[in-house]
Amino acid sequence: MTEIFPNLEIAYGEIFLSIGAMLLLMVGVFKKDSVNLVSWLAVGFIVITMFLSLAVGSEQTFTLSNLFVVDGFTQFMKILVLVASALAVIMSREFFRLEGEDRFEFPVLMVLATVGMMIMVSANDLMSLYMGIELQSLSLYVLAAFKRDSEKSTEAGLKYFVLGALSSGILLYGCSLIYGFIGSTNFSSIATAVGGIEEGSASVGVVVGLVFVLAGLAFKVSAVPFHMWTPDVYEGSQTPVTAFFSVAPKVAALALLARTLYVPFGDLSGSWAQVVIFMSVASMILGSFAAIMQTNIKRLMAYSSIGHVGFALLGLIAGNAEGIRGVMIYMTIYLVMNVGMFVCIMSMRRKEEGMVEDIADLSGLAQNHPVMAAFISIFMFSLAGVPPLAGFFAKWYVIIPIVNAGYFTLATIAVLASVVGAYYYIRIVKVMYFDAPAEEFVPQKSLPMKVIVTLSAILVLAFIAPQISSPVLDHAQAAAQGLSQK
Amino acid sequence: MEYFPILSTITFLPLLGVLIILSINGEKEIVERNSRNAALLTTVATFLFSLVLWFSFDKSTAGFQFVEEAKWLGGGIQYKMGIDGISVLFVLLTTFIMPICILCGWDTIKKRVKEYMIAFLLLECFMIGVFCTLDLVLFYVFFEAGLIPMFLIIGIWGGDNRVYAAYKLFLYTLLGSVLMLVAMLYMYGQAGTTDIPTLMQFNFDPHAQTWLFLAFFASFAVKMPMWPVHTWLPDAHVQAPTAGSVILAGILLKMGGYGFLRFSLPMFPVASEQLAWLIYLLSCIAIIYTSLVALRQTDMKKLIAYSSVAHMGFVTIGIFAFNIQGIEGSIVVMLAHGFVASALFLCVGVVYDRLHTRDIDRYGGLVNIMPKYALVFMFFTMASVGLPGTANFVGEVLVLVGIFKVSTWTTFFALFGVILGAAYMLYLYRRVVFGDLTKEDLKAMLDLDKREILIFAPLVILTLWMGVYPTSFMDFIHVSVDNLVTQHEASMATYHAAVQTVAGN
Repeated sequence: MTEIFPNLEIAYGEIFLSIGAMLLLMVGVFKKDSVNLVSWLAVGFIVITMFLSLAVGSEQTFTLSNLFVVDGFTQFMKILVLVASALAVIMSREFFRLEGEDRFEFPVLMVLATVGMMIMVSANDLMSLYMGIELQSLSLYVLAAFKRDSEKSTEAGLKYFVLGALSSGILLYGCSLIYGFIGSTNFSSIATAVGGIEEGSASVGVVVGLVFVLAGLAFKVSAVPFHMWTPDVYEGSQTPVTAFFSVAPKVAALALLARTLYVPFGDLSGSWAQVVIFMSVASMILGSFAAIMQTNIKRLMAYSSIGHVGFALLGLIAGNAEGIRGVMIYMTIYLVMNVGMFVCIMSMRRKEEGMVEDIADLSGLAQNHPVMAAFISIFMFSLAGVPPLAGFFAKWYVIIPIVNAGYFTLATIAVLASVVGAYYYIRIVKVMYFDAPAEEFVPQKSLPMKVIVTLSAILVLAFIAPQISSPVLDHAQAAAQGLSQK
Repeated sequence: MEYFPILSTITFLPLLGVLIILSINGEKEIVERNSRNAALLTTVATFLFSLVLWFSFDKSTAGFQFVEEAKWLGGGIQYKMGIDGISVLFVLLTTFIMPICILCGWDTIKKRVKEYMIAFLLLECFMIGVFCTLDLVLFYVFFEAGLIPMFLIIGIWGGDNRVYAAYKLFLYTLLGSVLMLVAMLYMYGQAGTTDIPTLMQFNFDPHAQTWLFLAFFASFAVKMPMWPVHTWLPDAHVQAPTAGSVILAGILLKMGGYGFLRFSLPMFPVASEQLAWLIYLLSCIAIIYTSLVALRQTDMKKLIAYSSVAHMGFVTIGIFAFNIQGIEGSIVVMLAHGFVASALFLCVGVVYDRLHTRDIDRYGGLVNIMPKYALVFMFFTMASVGLPGTANFVGEVLVLVGIFKVSTWTTFFALFGVILGAAYMLYLYRRVVFGDLTKEDLKAMLDLDKREILIFAPLVILTLWMGVYPTSFMDFIHVSVDNLVTQHEASMATYHAAVQTVAGN
């Protein structure tokens, strides 16, 4: 199918945001002291993009010679990405106002990364897949190294860049193998070609290519064994950057991974399932065991995110709509918990020392700041997956499809890993509630931060109520149906 | 039929109390006083509401009563509440024990009173929820959620080694429960619903039943606790504040037994029957071994904790006797243990508040200066031993009658528990209360004050009531247990018929 005039309507969101990013750059360059303006404009643009993405509708539509696709699934994931980005921009405002590293490039880079993520979510071709990933990654490399005069931050950026470039290379190599053996880079054509292959007789080249692509994507979601960069980058980057890293790119990369596995290679599930099972199990186990020894809260969150990616991958293994739905619900709840938690981490600021990030700094928080301690413990118990908090339902909905598909051992490993994980999450609660108080923090005064953290805590607490949960469940259900039908 | 949602009211009324306490602000002393009052008021109100169940419960039917249904997560997962003869008394036990717990921490809890009361009210909500719910997912939510306040109660207001005990409680119980979670997911996948009454009628594949049973067993055995996974209990008991111990012994332990009755027996009848030997074995070991261990304890709380494990051994034996006497007996033992063990922990609390040690050797001759205390302690010691006329006696006799029909050897070993029970309890009583009053620091100790008498009085009355006239309690449970046993026998008959057909072919 070729078009003379591509139907750009469904890509209005991406187009608008790209133009917006350039506009922001202009404003930043030509107007002095415009950081505040640029940031809030960025938030505004992201919100408008949200509406544009919603306006597209959830009907499956292709455009730009099938490079670009929109359906219920992309819509759901884009909203998640956009919400995460908008919140990250808002959170960074407060942080940089206090830290005095105020630069207008920061929101601009975040917006550019967001465009990249939206393209990743909507990619229906190996070319657009790579384009989206690179646009996202290049912005993120810079963001990681944003604090130029800090050794840690520079190290984080460099590490992320070198390893990220390597993974991009692997990904590209995989793409070229797939192109070489199938003769097309388009997901729909690949699906047709793969569909014609008999079970077990797929060409080795295609399988190897797929594995390379998987490796590249696993790096982006920081699944074991491609997770090595995560703790260092999370620790080295400034906290709002870490908050951004821990949610939006993961959502986008998982969405891309889901589409890549389900649409072009859905019929090869016998070949990729083992790889995903391995990544999932290894991530869950490493995420929970390695976090135990951490003393830095950001490193802890890094390992926690590795573990959570392992859980989210579980949903993909089932290979059906129920599994995809599980992943979508998981990422939604994960977003809320993580955003809330990072607001709390950003509130760990003392008068003289400035920002602190050791777990020991939280000692006795319940006595100095009872509300903040209550929030952190809500997020911690939720991340650990203890009911009645939202985190439990996240796990519930990814493990159901696994059990229904007959992977009992896998489900058992997953729940056991969550028990190990619970150990380090409740350690934070222990430190806050049982230990003797450390020096007080400066109280959080910023209204947006308070609103974000309160809202996320309420959502985590109230997910059990059908008024909160059923919209998420219903939308995820409808969207997942779309993807698994291809 | 439209009527007042009484079960949801009882379950969530404590949450209202939490909200009220959260809204209290101002000076420290006023906050503390108001939190205490609000908590007491809430728990008493909850108890009064729950009395409605006592009076309007229909004792002639085995079906679920006061049923409430509402849309929840969809896909066969509903918000559903309802009680039958098995659960109704546990609900009442919970609402009855809670005001006592609040009263017992009235003066002794000095730090973070507000949080303390909130934790207890949350715990009450979750515990009542466990006994009231008729949905598997909701059950799991309540069952697990109780861990959070319990973890905090032990960790914040506990003894010297509280962090270790809190962790142990949390991780042990969580580990058991997640295995149950996987089994629940499987059941959900098979039956397409998490409605408990429906699942009771659903015949799970006998081979799968074994695995499901073991997964549920992992959770309930830890909660119960059964030997050899009982080791968290002594630690938790010793470190918990008195009210925490009372809740643990009085209510939380009953969740395991309740779980066996509600899930294992009706849903996995074949596996229950096949694995009953395992239960008998573990229970007998528990009864004899933990009784012997109790005999050697120097810490009063630890001794009572081990005696709890032994008593729970009777409960499991009774449940898996699969006959009316055994099951009714086990329910009575659980209720009686709820009163007696709670009271014993309160007795320890009384002297601990005065001398701040639980070391048995530090006491002796208390009868000389604390006659009222000696009397109360004597009463509950005897009740724990199973003296006729007290609640424990009724339960233990019924359990022994029930198990005697099934396995004489198990009865033989279980009887040792009765003898050893008398030994360690009387030995404890002699060392603490009798003897000469030689220790100087004991001489200044005061006898029970009004608050403490108020705490003990209802427990004494109920223990006697249940011991002398158990019918008023047994009436509640009889029809439901009868139905449970009939159902069980029916499904076993079906299974044996099926096996014979297969063998015949």
